[in-house]
Amino acid sequence: MVVVVGCGGEEGKATQTPQVQATATVTQTPQGQATPTPTPVVHSPKDVILATTTSTQDTGLLDVLVPIFEKQSGFNVKVIAVGSGQALAMGERGDADALLAHAPSSEVDLVNKGAAINRQLVMHNDFIIVGPTNDPAGIKGMTSAVDAFAAIYNKGATFVSRGDKSGTDQAEKAIWKKAGLDPKGQSWYEETGQGMAATLQVANQKDAYTLADRGTYLSQQKNLSLVVLVEGDPALFNVYHVMQVNPEKFDMVNGPGGAAFVDFMISDATQAIIKDFGVDKYGQPLFIPDAGKDESQLTPG
Amino acid sequence: MSEPKLSLRDVRVRRGRAEMVNVPHLDVLEGEVLVIIGPNGAGKTILLETLALLQRPAQGRVLFEGQPVDGRQLALRRRMAVVFQDPLLLRRSVADNVAMGLRLRGAPWSARREKAAHWMRRFGIDHLARRSAVTISGGEAQRANLARAFALDPEVLLLDEPFSALDQPTREELLDDLSDALRDTGVATVFVTHDRAEALRLGDRVAVMMGGSIRQVGTAAEVFAAPVDEEVAAFVGVENIVRGRLKSLADGLATIDVGGAAVQAMAPGLDSGSEVLVCLRPEDVVLEPARLDSHTTSARNHLRGTVRRITMIGGQVRVVLDCGFTLVALITKQSLEEMGLAVGDEVVASFKATAVHVIPRGT
Amino acid sequence: MDLIWDGLGEAIRIIRTGDYSVWEIAVRSILVSGSATAVALLLGIGVGSLIAFNQFPGRNLAFSLVNTGMGLPPVVVGLIVAIALWRSGPLGDLRLIYTPTAMVVAQTVIAAPIVMGFTAAALRNLHPQLRSQLYGLGASRLQMLWLVLWEAKLPLLAAVMAGFGGAISEVGASQMVGGNLAGDTRVMTTAIWLEVSRGEFAPAIALSFILLALIFIVNLILTTVQQQERRS
Repeated sequence: MVVVVGCGGEEGKATQTPQVQATATVTQTPQGQATPTPTPVVHSPKDVILATTTSTQDTGLLDVLVPIFEKQSGFNVKVIAVGSGQALAMGERGDADALLAHAPSSEVDLVNKGAAINRQLVMHNDFIIVGPTNDPAGIKGMTSAVDAFAAIYNKGATFVSRGDKSGTDQAEKAIWKKAGLDPKGQSWYEETGQGMAATLQVANQKDAYTLADRGTYLSQQKNLSLVVLVEGDPALFNVYHVMQVNPEKFDMVNGPGGAAFVDFMISDATQAIIKDFGVDKYGQPLFIPDAGKDESQLTPG
Repeated sequence: MSEPKLSLRDVRVRRGRAEMVNVPHLDVLEGEVLVIIGPNGAGKTILLETLALLQRPAQGRVLFEGQPVDGRQLALRRRMAVVFQDPLLLRRSVADNVAMGLRLRGAPWSARREKAAHWMRRFGIDHLARRSAVTISGGEAQRANLARAFALDPEVLLLDEPFSALDQPTREELLDDLSDALRDTGVATVFVTHDRAEALRLGDRVAVMMGGSIRQVGTAAEVFAAPVDEEVAAFVGVENIVRGRLKSLADGLATIDVGGAAVQAMAPGLDSGSEVLVCLRPEDVVLEPARLDSHTTSARNHLRGTVRRITMIGGQVRVVLDCGFTLVALITKQSLEEMGLAVGDEVVASFKATAVHVIPRGT
Repeated sequence: MDLIWDGLGEAIRIIRTGDYSVWEIAVRSILVSGSATAVALLLGIGVGSLIAFNQFPGRNLAFSLVNTGMGLPPVVVGLIVAIALWRSGPLGDLRLIYTPTAMVVAQTVIAAPIVMGFTAAALRNLHPQLRSQLYGLGASRLQMLWLVLWEAKLPLLAAVMAGFGGAISEVGASQMVGGNLAGDTRVMTTAIWLEVSRGEFAPAIALSFILLALIFIVNLILTTVQQQERRS
């Protein structure tokens, strides 16, 4: 007779009570005597710390998905919404169990360092370049983000950047780099260091251009007089991945919980919810579900 | 002879580096009022706090009824009571304040109420029982302070200049009331003051403290009439302290040359030819106009002198004379008017040989 | 300006409907900040009376440190407490991060120096001979401490009000160590911050009105108690 008590990694169905410790397995040898075989003690807590970005939380998508996940899995999710930089830093220190971010190059770094595993594509939305209705740099309708940025640079029109190492910020920096331009230090280039909604407000007040994710723009539209000027360029795709923080590397990380969340995000049911999210409120979906797709189709060009 | 209630042996108290109190020997006897008198800064308060077990001496022993106090300070403090110069009442009713000590010692409510009421009546503040202590006058507050202490039926009562901050009339009233209460209760008492009148009024024994040490202990009469050295003499109000040389001695009666005049005094144990200090209280000098031929007093000493200055002090008159040396006399206003004295007049100053106190010089 | 009026109307609506879980958040704010103030009071009285009543080398330095502590930036406190409580930190095993307890800890660190400073000042102002007098009446050390604190209760009430004010009004530390989790660690200040960052200004102003009202009510109660004592 073999009795095993421990933490199972069943997908999305773990119902452990908090801080239950695994006890040793007891194997009965042919002689009929019990010999305890020590197994490593594993904590199976109920909490899953999800580090994500403020822009993701601000769309309200997690307010819909997280309760569903909690109900299905029995885990209790603590959603910590901070800047991308901080979210990934938390992953690097083992202070979170799962990460949901949209800063691909930094995420890949994390995986290469062994801090993150099981990185899966979840969805994408796009960035748009918004600005004042009078459009001083004349970028309306351009199909190339690079060209639009060049026009803004040459005009010296006010541009507000997040400047916070977030996914949005990284995408914006990539476009400047591709255009061969460096706006840093220019008098017309402002860095707020804040989240997307706050940055849009600043751009709004200053009648300036900025790069925003469509989701946040739609949710803030009622407060803004900025309009969409450039969209659709593949360089403007904003790709979201979910991943686990590596439980092998940090022993306080909730491995089963993190794995369950990753599986949840790429499951068909969840992807269906993502597909329709935002339609009733904004008339268009905020995200496009991508689980299982070939990444190269979506990499900003 | 029973054990003294409180004793200090070889006690030294320091503040930082400075030695504030150095008392090799002091006893507080059962039933007596010991007055500790001295100028400001003499260390009297520290001495009192050491006796009250509120301070630990750096060196030496404190004994209660002959036994060392170590380890039972709290229990012993609960058998004594302290009264400071500031009433230090709490923000509560007067009655609550008077009962406070009893409450701290765990006395039941009925006993507290009874004792507090008795002593408030005794000190004339029972009409203030319900009043808040912050609203009463300084004199009333000090009465409450006294009532609070007496209500504890202490075995030792320690008072640190309780009347020094009060005006004269209040001071005198309270002195009367305190004196009565001390006499009725017979509690061993340590009374610290710098006021000589209070010392004379209350003290069975008087200890003179100067510069941290006790210079003299004795009855009030002994200390005030026969101070042991010049410093003590000056403090206890012996205004006349003059140098002289002992010329002759017969049966303990000495003749001393003081500034050319001859003064007769009792000076047992001193040698002829020795340098001395002649001490005389101004109150002991009687003045008569010089024109009278006979002397009306039986005093041995009669010195002619000229009035140099006349000053009124309270109800009395201080007259400074030149008799070959400066002599100060204290007479009544009535005497002044009767004699019609004025500056420049010739007078005869008379005083008994027994009123003169002789201190060998060099002490 | 109409934002303010909208906010006021929204505030009334939110109170009536209980939207934004406002009652739950308000109660949590009071409990967290109240607990922090209570702990700060114990610490404050303990340390405050120690430095007020005893002479020791470095006493002036101790007072300076307490006064500096009164001006500690809450965000700095939050950062340090968070670093300590993170799993990667020295106290990670306690699993306190993102819990209300962590917020109580951070707010206690913010409030305690305030209470300490007020308490030490109040006790220093007492008559220097008062303690001797109480000992002279037979008080034990505990009885003396109790009576002396009771004598100083007016400034001590002020200390409580100041400490509570500091705790309930701060947002940086609570955000960092609490994580502003709905239903778990969200308090009034972090809820306001969230609505602002979402661009939802009407609810933000509404919650601000409600928070101000809360603080006012607490202070009204404490001030009334203080004035009763003063008159008696």
